[in-house]
Amino acid sequence: MQPLSAYKWPDAQGKFGDYGGKYIPETLVSALEHLDTVYNQLKQQPSFQNELQDLQNNYNGRPTPLSFASRLTEYYGKAKIYLKREDLCHTGAHKLNNTLGQILLAKHTGKKRIIAETGAGQHGVATATVCAKFGLQCVVYMGKLDTQRQQMNVFRMKMLGAEVRPVSSGMQTLKDATNEAIRDWVANVDDTHYIIGSVVGPHPYPAIVRDFQSIIGRETRQQIRQIENAFPDYLLACVGGGSNAIGMFYPFMADESVNMVGVEAAGQGIESQKHCATLSMGTPGIFQGMRTYLLQAAEGQIAEVHSISAGLDYPGVGPEHSFLKDRKRVTYRSVSDEEALQASVLLAQNEGILPALETAHAVAYLPYLMPSTTREQIVIINISGRGDKDLNTLIKNLDGSLL
Amino acid sequence: MMDIAHRIEQINRHDRHVLSIFLTAGFPTNRNFIQLAVDILQAGADMLEIGIPFSDPVADGPVIQQSSQAALQNGVGLKEIFNYTKAIKQKVDKPVVLMGYANPLLHYGLKTFLDHAQQSGADGLIVPDVPYDEYHNFWNGQTTALPRILLTTPTSSPDRIKAIDETSQGFIYCVSVTGTTGDRNRINEKDVKVLSNTFRLIQNNKMLVGFGISNEQTIHQLKPHCDGFIVGSAVIRRLMDDNDCNSRNTLAYIGKLSKACNK
Repeated sequence: MQPLSAYKWPDAQGKFGDYGGKYIPETLVSALEHLDTVYNQLKQQPSFQNELQDLQNNYNGRPTPLSFASRLTEYYGKAKIYLKREDLCHTGAHKLNNTLGQILLAKHTGKKRIIAETGAGQHGVATATVCAKFGLQCVVYMGKLDTQRQQMNVFRMKMLGAEVRPVSSGMQTLKDATNEAIRDWVANVDDTHYIIGSVVGPHPYPAIVRDFQSIIGRETRQQIRQIENAFPDYLLACVGGGSNAIGMFYPFMADESVNMVGVEAAGQGIESQKHCATLSMGTPGIFQGMRTYLLQAAEGQIAEVHSISAGLDYPGVGPEHSFLKDRKRVTYRSVSDEEALQASVLLAQNEGILPALETAHAVAYLPYLMPSTTREQIVIINISGRGDKDLNTLIKNLDGSLL
Repeated sequence: MMDIAHRIEQINRHDRHVLSIFLTAGFPTNRNFIQLAVDILQAGADMLEIGIPFSDPVADGPVIQQSSQAALQNGVGLKEIFNYTKAIKQKVDKPVVLMGYANPLLHYGLKTFLDHAQQSGADGLIVPDVPYDEYHNFWNGQTTALPRILLTTPTSSPDRIKAIDETSQGFIYCVSVTGTTGDRNRINEKDVKVLSNTFRLIQNNKMLVGFGISNEQTIHQLKPHCDGFIVGSAVIRRLMDDNDCNSRNTLAYIGKLSKACNK
């Protein structure tokens, strides 16, 4: 096995070991090759990196704080808990880290029209935001069910000048929105850039999105060394497609003392079939441009999945996570809808931070992790987004129990 | 038995362009599917493409998405599809090509899939989400006598088209437009030019044009630039509209297209 210090994936074919690749209609191949070439040139250029860094600092509000969670730490009485505050990014989640990078790519490839898919609406809002800032046309595909459970974000996107197209095929959630965005791109590839919101899809997207999101882990590394003069013992992040998790994990990949846990959505329980625990329960397959772990039904059809959190409601996962699971570099676990709801309350009432329901899944792993930690250890949770968008769901599920 | 490349050659030699009709397996019904396929071949189609339904068909427009969804609800699976193929081949001696997305094939097991497809008498296979770049990775050295047919599109560079032509067996599926499957009233001048360039570059294979072919005018318009035509969505849409179980309008429509394929 290759030492982790030499971690250099994907390879030239866009593969993370057996995973990843470009399993897409022929029409898109040349656009993906072009994107790959342009990205590889741009990322070497200081002017591109400076332009991006300036946007990250002065528009997105980076660096985001690494907050010591004193009451939460006290609550468990074990390892120190720190929170990486991506919820404080402009638009309320880590998604803007990626869309800022990709809008610059679009600018350099000369594309005038932007499309995106969205689940919870956070990526849709982040895309609509950068399109407004750069004056580009924006179309966001969103499952019809998600437009209902995330009405606030639909309106936010419209306020930002984007067109939101509800998708009523399949389960009317994130996977169907992604299919529709891919079809749009197939038809309009000449003038359109597709801003994928997670580390999924065909190469080079999983690598591009990871690189833009890894600002999370790079800052965290610096911050924890300044504060504690130490490395963290555990990193926790939720995993749907897996972009906030990869963003946090990637810069620590070679630090073998750092344990990483990706927390998936167990929905109504992994025995119920109504879950999105792709890495815990899935098998490798090919879907939406990539070879990766998938939740599959009979005959290799894609399974109907469920999570209370629209952003995790997805039957696939980024190919790099599949690779990291097989390599045992990252541990993947899952928590239920109910546990996530309780974790939202816990974080809100102990730290004054209302997390997104996606993020709450990472927090909900604490009861499993903390008893085995010691007071000398450090746990960092990636607080990938804030929970204002989930108020409707929270009211429906928690109102009454809070009195 | 003559292989598909020679069958196309033979038809062309008789001053005729090939007409291939796409059907989604198990659509509109499982019960009548074999009869429908036979009727379509007898109404003038030279060959048949049978689509293996998939829950997430990203290369397909609304019509084929809808037929795939309906077929899955009808409960059609690969075992039934191989049985259909066998039955159709026994009744009519014309080529039948299978078209399916990668994941159901992978799930079935590639070797088993290829074996069973061949045993069913299928004459070729198209996998729309395994482009040339992933061909070798995906098949992983799996050999088979079943021709594996690759696609070109208007965005394929000349070098790619040549490489695809080197690898593809049976014929080349040339996608006429940048977009998903679906009928269009006409193909614009730019796309026609691309098509004729592609046709010139292809040396080793026959080239059939698909996506957006839906009327006799388009067939006449594109005849100089290809060896045959593939019609899918326009047929599926008529099947949806045909209320009688004899699919009378659909068959009449195929008769007209077939006539347009003659010199």
